[in-house]
Amino acid sequence: MKVFEILLLVSLIVCAVSVAVIRDLLTSIIIFMSYSLIMCVIWVLLQSPDLAITEAAVGAGVTSILFFVTLKKIRAIRKEDDRDDEA
Amino acid sequence: MTRLRDDYEHSRYRKFKRWYDGEVNLLEDVMDVTLPDGKQEGQKESRSAGPSGSPALEARRKASEAVYGPEVWPQRETVDYAQWRRHAQEALEARIHPDGYFGAGGRPGNGPAETAARGLRRFRRFYQVMSVILCMMIIAVFLWTTIHLPPFGGADNPANNEVPARYIESGLAETGAINFVTGMILDYRAFDTFGESCVLFIASCCVLVLLRIDASNGTSRARSRGPQEDDRLFEPKNDVILQRAAFILVPLILVFGVYIVLNGHLSPGGGFSGGAVLGSGLILYLNAFGFAKTERFFTEKVYRRVTLCALTFYCLAKSYSFFTGANHLESGIPLGTPGAILSSGLILPLNICVGLVVMCTMYAFYTLFRKGGM
Repeated sequence: MKVFEILLLVSLIVCAVSVAVIRDLLTSIIIFMSYSLIMCVIWVLLQSPDLAITEAAVGAGVTSILFFVTLKKIRAIRKEDDRDDEA
Repeated sequence: MTRLRDDYEHSRYRKFKRWYDGEVNLLEDVMDVTLPDGKQEGQKESRSAGPSGSPALEARRKASEAVYGPEVWPQRETVDYAQWRRHAQEALEARIHPDGYFGAGGRPGNGPAETAARGLRRFRRFYQVMSVILCMMIIAVFLWTTIHLPPFGGADNPANNEVPARYIESGLAETGAINFVTGMILDYRAFDTFGESCVLFIASCCVLVLLRIDASNGTSRARSRGPQEDDRLFEPKNDVILQRAAFILVPLILVFGVYIVLNGHLSPGGGFSGGAVLGSGLILYLNAFGFAKTERFFTEKVYRRVTLCALTFYCLAKSYSFFTGANHLESGIPLGTPGAILSSGLILPLNICVGLVVMCTMYAFYTLFRKGGM
């Protein structure tokens, strides 16, 4: 269990640093989502499941969706067709 | 909601705007504050048709010539802003180096522009170094504080004073809630929770003010946005995978959210978490099936009424309970048997209120970000 906690904390720090470092905004938001999910598991380990539910719903769900919508509005995310052409 | 002003043409802002656009002279307006209607129409025409306007405008021009000389008035009316901007742009580009700094026209030397560019570069380097040093210092302070924190869950921690002891010992008897976190935030500290709900409501109001596109007032703005920027025209996407997944997931998510809200006084959870889950479920449903489906049950009117009713009920119920509690009166609200779903007095209805407010706020954020309305 101790190893699991240390693993979670290390990946939390890695996620937090890479959100700030990575240049692509879409990737950055997805890493931010995973940061919230790790934080959610840590809340469960700290015996506060109500905070874990809130973190999963707000941090990983609503906040990221609002970021996505904003990126789409300011055209930082390209259309799906362009991405298909590139791939 | 908004009332149009009839005397908009005479308002101070309009006057300032006209002076700023160079249409009127400020000194002349001091003389006659209320302009007659004919003069205003002449000015409106002059903006589109050039200097040859109505006789009122001609009179104004003559008056202006008498004061400023013959050159001023026509010049002010016929400035070619596009040409002027082009000249300014060329003049600016001639002085800018390709790497973005100001230079003396690409010519090496020790002119003032060269010195300014060097100073700017030095300032940027200094700024980067200082920001890194500051960040490192903050990290060091936080780590140093963390080292000196008491151990997690220790018995001698300063947080273990008489307040949590009271919550743990007599919380069940006083609030009737088995989950005494909910009993704490909705009974002992219900005023804080009311403030948080109001903060959510005010936040959604601010987003509404900033992002709303009014159908009746802002028609020209909505038209100028063009069809490709209006998200609603592409709804629904008819994504089969998303629709199948949402068909299975959305009922589960919504039932789980309702369970969290209703069981807030018995199990972990409560209004905030349950409301957030409900809001996420609604957003998933909206993404899968489009605005046409959700607008059948959730419009702006529904949002207004639900939020208003929830906040008003919370305010009245807690005011009553605070009033009776402060005056040592019997509130008459039964606490019930602990563990039953209908127990712990006001906590269950307050949980429902908070859950409704949070759900409406989440959903309103999403729809406002998406299409500027509900």
